[in-house]
Amino acid sequence: MEPQPSYNPTFIPPAIRHQRPPPQMTFQPPNPKQSDMSRPVIPQANEPSQNIHSSYPSSGSNAFYPAAGSTPSGLYPNAGSHVAQTQPQQQLYPTLPTSVQSSVNPSSIANHYVPNQQPGFVSSPSPVSPQHTNLQNYSNGQPQPQQAQPYQQQHIHQQYHQPQTTHSYNGYGQQGDYHGVNNLSNQMSGMSVTHQGFNKLWGTDSINLLEQKNLIPPHGIKSPEIRFQHEYMNSINCSPDIFRCTLTKIPETKNLLQKSRLPLGILIHPFKDLTQLPVIQCSTIVRCRSCRTYINPYVYFVDSKRWKCNLCSRVNDLPEEFQYDPVTKTYGDPSRRPEVKSATIEFLAPADYMVRPPQAAVYLYLLDISSAAVDTGYLKQVCDTLLEQMDLIPGDSRAQIGFIAYDSFIHFFNLAESLNQPHEQVVCDIDDIFIPCPDNLLVSLTENRSIVRHLLTQLPTRYLESSDNISALGPALQAAQKLLAPIGGRITVFQCTLPTIGPGALTNRELNLKNASKELKNALNPSTDFYKKLALDCATQYIAVDLFFINNQYVDISSISCAAKFSGGCIYHFPNYHYTNNPAQSILFEQAFQRYITRKIGFEAVMRVRCSRGLSIHTFHGNFFVRSTDLLSLPNCNPDSGFGMQVSIDESLSDFQHVCFQAALLYTSSKGERRIRVHTLCLPVVGNVNDVLNGVDQQCVMGLVAKMAVDKSLDSGLNDAREAFINVVVDVLSAYSTTQNSLPNLALIASPLLKMFPLYTHSILRSNGFRSDLQVRLDDRVHFMNQMKTLPLSTLIQSIYPDLYPIHNVANTPLALDCDEEVPDFPLIHLCSSRIEAQGVYVMDKPELIVIYVCRSISKEFCQNVLNVENYANFNELSELPELDNPLSLRIRNFINNLQMLKPHFVSVRIFREDSRERMLFVRNLVEDRGESSSSYYEFLQQLKTMVH
Amino acid sequence: MAFTFAAFSYIIALILDAFLIFFSIFHIIAFDELKTDYKNPIEQCQSLNPLVLPEYGIHAFFNILFLISGEWFSLLLNAPLLAYHINRYRTRPVMSGLGIYDPTSIMNTEVLNKCQREGWIKYSELSQCSNYYLSCG
Repeated sequence: MEPQPSYNPTFIPPAIRHQRPPPQMTFQPPNPKQSDMSRPVIPQANEPSQNIHSSYPSSGSNAFYPAAGSTPSGLYPNAGSHVAQTQPQQQLYPTLPTSVQSSVNPSSIANHYVPNQQPGFVSSPSPVSPQHTNLQNYSNGQPQPQQAQPYQQQHIHQQYHQPQTTHSYNGYGQQGDYHGVNNLSNQMSGMSVTHQGFNKLWGTDSINLLEQKNLIPPHGIKSPEIRFQHEYMNSINCSPDIFRCTLTKIPETKNLLQKSRLPLGILIHPFKDLTQLPVIQCSTIVRCRSCRTYINPYVYFVDSKRWKCNLCSRVNDLPEEFQYDPVTKTYGDPSRRPEVKSATIEFLAPADYMVRPPQAAVYLYLLDISSAAVDTGYLKQVCDTLLEQMDLIPGDSRAQIGFIAYDSFIHFFNLAESLNQPHEQVVCDIDDIFIPCPDNLLVSLTENRSIVRHLLTQLPTRYLESSDNISALGPALQAAQKLLAPIGGRITVFQCTLPTIGPGALTNRELNLKNASKELKNALNPSTDFYKKLALDCATQYIAVDLFFINNQYVDISSISCAAKFSGGCIYHFPNYHYTNNPAQSILFEQAFQRYITRKIGFEAVMRVRCSRGLSIHTFHGNFFVRSTDLLSLPNCNPDSGFGMQVSIDESLSDFQHVCFQAALLYTSSKGERRIRVHTLCLPVVGNVNDVLNGVDQQCVMGLVAKMAVDKSLDSGLNDAREAFINVVVDVLSAYSTTQNSLPNLALIASPLLKMFPLYTHSILRSNGFRSDLQVRLDDRVHFMNQMKTLPLSTLIQSIYPDLYPIHNVANTPLALDCDEEVPDFPLIHLCSSRIEAQGVYVMDKPELIVIYVCRSISKEFCQNVLNVENYANFNELSELPELDNPLSLRIRNFINNLQMLKPHFVSVRIFREDSRERMLFVRNLVEDRGESSSSYYEFLQQLKTMVH
Repeated sequence: MAFTFAAFSYIIALILDAFLIFFSIFHIIAFDELKTDYKNPIEQCQSLNPLVLPEYGIHAFFNILFLISGEWFSLLLNAPLLAYHINRYRTRPVMSGLGIYDPTSIMNTEVLNKCQREGWIKYSELSQCSNYYLSCG
């Protein structure tokens, strides 16, 4: 029952932006360096330290859920406390029912025999098939009989586990990457040959993290494929770029979920720019009568006149017109309809989806004109970009625009058509703000264009002489809200200095921030609820506040960002912005702002997320206001923000074969049409813990855990959040190793589907948001946390763990198959200084910057062909690759272009030498090395190892 | 028993306790309405927040009467709730107005469940107490 919108028959294709199709999965030939990989190679930078423990207080009394009830620990609500080091086995699943606990009692671990813990467990050992052994040897690249022999004794035990592991055969094809398998060698010590063979065959081999050095597959981590028993269902599911679940196989009970120790949740990017989207206009939108679910590909057609809802199981009547197929223009089979063929679809909503006539697109810009802000020169960039892009601003003939400037007073601009030039009106009474004139502060973008242009050309120079260094953001926002209240729309704020007067005045909390965690916790939380209340008022009036922070000093993002957080806005941050002194930041600002004003926008939107009976949405993450248990109010929606939801299992799902999530976003397009975009995700239900673990989506888990960690650090402090991160990893690894049969003391075992999770966790603990030292500025930290809550998953992962490609071998690198142009298919490598070779050139791809790092022994050929210099000695910094007419240069430029195309907007490129002053931009991101105050990845793993089991 | 100050405080406590029981029932209903989407969280918080301090005040008031009249056992009985109230108000979210409920966090299932459970626990404890006051008074 979403509120309600417009009816307009025109068809507008969704915003189209070239997206490179995901690279094809290829089977990598066995790594010739395999023998090197079999021993633990410890790079020099990663020397293990003896007292790693001290860096993380491993109290085990912490996690992201303030568990409903007693213990403030454990990953899941109602699950008791978490793994501690002192009493390893017994504390694994403290609150699980007895049947489950038996599987982790010490004796069962001692002899590696796990008693029947799954229903349907078949205890007869499966025969060792020589054929499978061969397969194993084949896929391994080389036979390794010697390694298997010393463990003959254990094989007898292992035989009992065969049936258990056979469950993992279902995992065939779910795994995005087979490459890691080839690199495996001797960590299989505890497994039988057959077991190993099967696992290798199906790609579900466990990985010893301490020995396995190459975790990243060359083409990056893909989300696991969702597999159903019925083949036809596999192809129609919602794209993983839009809708993802942490578990691609849903456990059927809450106990099973607790046993897997994984968080259950969905991440959704509902308004993503799509290249292909079926849009449907019909007089009645077919929905379930009881739960209001939209008809989707997973409904069951009882007969040609009725359908059964897949969320609530109600049988509904099918309207006559639904049997009409618009493509072939014939009546008959309802399964030919686009609604039933596509999991992502958009409806043009009829009039009953509107609470009021669809609003016009209204844009109001709030410009900080305090002297510090004017000095940065941002006004020129904003005005120039607006002038250039004015024709591309989305909106129909009703679209309106307005400007308010503020220093210690509020400056309004009367843009009446009759005036020769804009008329400035200054309101000095900031404690009780009022609108100086009723009309012409917001004017039509089409009719009053000339005077708007006039204002935009004047503005950059108008306040150059001003010496007023105070910014009255609060009153300006109040004025903006009053101005937009009758219509709704978008407020865009450019903030440069800390607002110190009027309502919403803030103080500098960074100054007295010492190393006290309590102070830090308070500083992460807003100091006033002024901005939150304002945001709530805005949200009810369909106004969103978007914030651009272009600050050089502290502006208290944590307080001000509440204005965007609860009104569905977005937040940008350009630290140390200066128009001329910081060209990289000003390019980024310009590109981001250009994208911002021209991208698709949805007004007065609401999003409802429905899920199958037995599941419920538990906590929401993102920028919005939660209006009821499953309804999010989004005054504006934009294509660059994502949302996360934690899901809990309330009832047993054992009666279902699959469950569905459906997100419906109802919005008014900039052309004044009311539209509904519906995404449906369907997932199979499984009944045993191995299947659950074989369906985990590690990137999605990381995305959700990062969101939960932000909440945790706001509620109980940064140190608790850091501990909770470690506890999640330990939980996840422990849960996996109890289902495996390897020797616990020799290895740190991870599922191939979770192999990157410890690495991501280690990186995020060293990121600006969660590092424990206070070297990072408070605003940067808060902004990172805000980003974790709203970024779409792919960008989120990239900001935690940037992509690194070696590009010096461009001549020998094969070309990507799926591109029209010549784009080399560079493999991804780890962010580790031991991977950086002296003769190499590396591209680091971060969400806001692309760095090309040139090492000192680079070949002359590369210098001449790509960098256009004689040799390394002559090379200095560049901000762009020279356009040279040779294949090497062309390929590398194509590659960089391709990386740029995958981002929402172009970012600046920095090319510098290894001994440049800028090198920290690159080196700081080699997160696997040991930092000044943080452990290396290898040390982190060793610390984990002492905590697992 | 003669009409002492202690008896007087029990009579007052009994009457005020009835009010508190009414408050707790109102509280339970309010959160149920939120759960079943009947009410908007902003409106609901606006109606709940002004009632928080009066409720805590009434409870504190008859406990002061117990303190004056030296009814130590009754005071002890109420001490946990008193301490809970003080702590609850101390750790409230950053707000400029009165009250403890924040419309942006109240729709979290955890917060909703916690508030509803709080309502039921208060209700049962207060009704037990009122029986006790009746017998004492």
